[in-house]
Amino acid sequence: VSSARASALPPGRTLRICALYPDLMNIYADRGNLLVLERRCAWRGIAFELTACGLGESLDGDAHDFYYLGGGQDRDQRLCAEDLMRFKHTGLHAAAARGAVVLGVCGGYQLLGRSYELGPDEELPGVGLLDVSTVRADGPRLIGNVAIEVCVDGPADKAGEGGQARVLAGFENHGGRTQLSSEQRSLGRVLKGRGNDGQSGFEGARSGNVIGTYLHGPLLPKNVWFADWLVATALGIATAELAPLEDSLETQAHRDARRAAGI
Amino acid sequence: MSTGLAAKLTLARAVGALSRLRGGSATSAPGKALLRLEPNAIGELGARLERGSVVISATNGKTTTAAMAASILTAEGLALVHNRAGANMAGGIASTLLQATRPHGAIAGELGLFEVDELWLDRVVTQLHPRAILLGNLFRDQLDRYGELDTIADRWAATVREGSGRAARLVLNADDPLLADLGRERDGEVLYFGVEDDSLALAGMAHAADAKHCRNCGALYVFDAVYLGHLGHYRCPACGRARPTAPELSVIATDVRLEGVKAARFTLRTPAGTAEIALALPGLYNVYNALAAAALATALEVPLERIVAGLQDARAAFGRAESVTIGDPCGPRELRILLVKNPVGANEVLRTLALEPGEHDLLGILNDNIADGRDVSWIWDADFELLAGRVRRVMCAGTRAAELAVRLKYAGIEPALISVQPALAAALGAALADRPETPAGKGTASTDGATPEPPPLYALPTYTAMLALRGLLADGRSSVGEERSALP
Repeated sequence: VSSARASALPPGRTLRICALYPDLMNIYADRGNLLVLERRCAWRGIAFELTACGLGESLDGDAHDFYYLGGGQDRDQRLCAEDLMRFKHTGLHAAAARGAVVLGVCGGYQLLGRSYELGPDEELPGVGLLDVSTVRADGPRLIGNVAIEVCVDGPADKAGEGGQARVLAGFENHGGRTQLSSEQRSLGRVLKGRGNDGQSGFEGARSGNVIGTYLHGPLLPKNVWFADWLVATALGIATAELAPLEDSLETQAHRDARRAAGI
Repeated sequence: MSTGLAAKLTLARAVGALSRLRGGSATSAPGKALLRLEPNAIGELGARLERGSVVISATNGKTTTAAMAASILTAEGLALVHNRAGANMAGGIASTLLQATRPHGAIAGELGLFEVDELWLDRVVTQLHPRAILLGNLFRDQLDRYGELDTIADRWAATVREGSGRAARLVLNADDPLLADLGRERDGEVLYFGVEDDSLALAGMAHAADAKHCRNCGALYVFDAVYLGHLGHYRCPACGRARPTAPELSVIATDVRLEGVKAARFTLRTPAGTAEIALALPGLYNVYNALAAAALATALEVPLERIVAGLQDARAAFGRAESVTIGDPCGPRELRILLVKNPVGANEVLRTLALEPGEHDLLGILNDNIADGRDVSWIWDADFELLAGRVRRVMCAGTRAAELAVRLKYAGIEPALISVQPALAAALGAALADRPETPAGKGTASTDGATPEPPPLYALPTYTAMLALRGLLADGRSSVGEERSALP
C-alpha cells in the first residue's frame, strides 16, 4: 500500500494516542474509532502507540498527539467527570494549548464542555475545553442517523468560504441538549438529523484541534477521510502528505451511512 | 365467558384473518387488535390457564431457552400455551393466548410459557401474575431502542419487587451481576443457576462487557473468572457483594465440553441429583440457555429425568443454529444459520465458529431495520478479529453490507476475500455457488467415489435478515427441498 508519497513522512514517525477510560467510556463501539486510526497508520507505515489512561491516573499533556474520549452510561459519566477534573484537567488543557488533537464523542463531547446538567439537582463539571453546556431535557432522546457538513480547513460553519465542505455521517443517540456560547464554533451544519439540541441546525463544537461531536456509529469507519484528517493534524502534516489507500469498501460504507441519514 | 369478551375475541380473530389475507404477519396483529378492544386481555385469558404461567426474559437466548423449557415441560406431559415463534411483545403474547382460546371460552393448554421482550416484562407480568420469572442475562443491545443497560436493570428490579411480580418464584443467573442483585433486593424465594468450570474462563473481559460496577455501591467488581460477556465469578471489593452461593445457587453446570458448531455437553447438578447432558446445540451460550431452562424446570418441581430428556430432545429454535440443505444448481449444499444481533451474542457465535477447524465460507447479512436496531455500531464491539485467518470467502449482504465489509477488513480479513452484494437473493446465490475446489483426498468423499460434499456455508444474519433469509428459503422450497433440522 506504500507509495512514493509515503516517503514524504519523516521516517520512524509515530502517532501517539491516549484513550481516556477505554473500559468505561465505550458505549457506542468507540473501539472502532481507535481501530480505524490504528489500521490506517499501519497500512501507511506510521507507527501507532496506544496508551490507556484510566480512573485515578494522571494525564500527561505532552506525551501524546491525540487524546480520545468516548461515550458512557450516566453512571460511568459521573465517575469520569469527577476523575477528569481531579487527574486530567491540567494535562488536557496543556495538550490542547500545544495543538494536540482532542476528540470527544457523545458523552466525551459533553464532558469536554463546561458542564452537564443531568437533572435539577445534579450537574457534572466539564473540562471546559469547549465553550458549551449540556442539559438533560425532559423531551425524548435525540436518536437517529445524522449527516453534517463540515469544513475542516476553513470556517467551520460556513461551507465554501475558504475551505472545501465535506460530509460526516453517523448515528446520534443523546438525551442531553448542548448549547454553544456565542463565541463557540460548531463542528458543522446539520444536513439531516438533530445535532446539538435538535433546533439550532448545528452539530458538535470545535476550538482549534479540540473537537466534540455526537456522531458515533462509530464515526471514523464511516468517514475515513476525517480519520485521515485527524491523523495528519495530530502529526502536524497536511492530509495530502499521507499515502493514499485503497478505500473502495470504506467509500461504499460512507455512502450507505449518508443514504441511511437521507442524503 | 362474558359475552363482551367473547365478541372481542371474535373480532380480533377476524382482524388476524384479514391481516393474513393481506400478506401480513399473523403473529401479533390479532393480539394487538384484541388489546385495543380489551386492554387486560392477557390477564383475562391467562387466568384461564389451570397451572398458571411462567415468563422468560433476557437479552440473548430468550427463544432458545423457551424452546428448551418447552421440550422439558412437554416431556413432563404438560400442555403448553407458548409463543414459540418469538413474538414476545404484548401483541404477540395476546395473539398466542387468543389462538389457544376455544370458541366456548376454555383455553387449550394448562401452562403458559412466554418469552417476553425486555421492555415489555413489567406490563406482561402485571397482567399475567406468573408463577415464575426466569431472567437469563442482560447485555448491551440495540441502544437506540432499549437505552442504557442500567435503565432496564432498574425496571426489572421494580418488576420483581412490586405488584404481581413479587409473588412469582424468581429464577436468576448467578453469573450475571446485574441480575443476581435483583434477587437480593426482594423478599421471597430465589433460585440461582450458574456455571462452575475453570477451564472456560477467558483471559479477560470482552470489550463489549458492561456490568463492571457494583449496583449497590458503585465500586468496580473484581472478576475471578469471566465466561461470556460480563458473566462469571465476581465480587465487589468495597461492599462485599459477590456471586450467590449455595443453597440459593442450586442448579449448576460443570465440566462443560464444547464440540464445535455441532454440540455441547456438560454435567448438570441440581438439588435432585447430577446428570450428564448432551445438547444438540453448540456453544457456551446454549449451555447457559439449557441451564436456565433446567433451573426453571427445577423451580416448577419437574423431576430430573424429565429435565435430562427434555434437554436432549431440544433442537434449534427458529433461525438459531438451524441447518438447511439447499439444492443449488451446482449440487446440494448445507447452509447453517447463526443469528447475530448484538456484540455479546455475536462474540459467542464467532467463538463457536472458531472452534471448527479450517477456513470457512461465510455470508454476513447486516440490516439496520427497526427490529435490528437502526444503529449498526455494535458490529465494532463484536470480536470479528476471531475470524482473521479463518475465512476462505465472505459475502456481505443487507442494507449495511459495506459497513460489515469494512468491519471485517479492519478485523484483519484480507479485502480480496470480501465481497459486497446488498441484495440478499443475489448474495445467497453467489455465496452458495462459490465453492472451494476439492482435490482428491480433501473433503468427505463418499465410498462410491461420488463428488465430495462441499463445506457448509455459514450465514450470520441480523434478526430481520434471518427472517428474510428464511423467507427466501421457504419461497424456493419446492425446488430446493429444504430440510430443517438442528445442527447434526
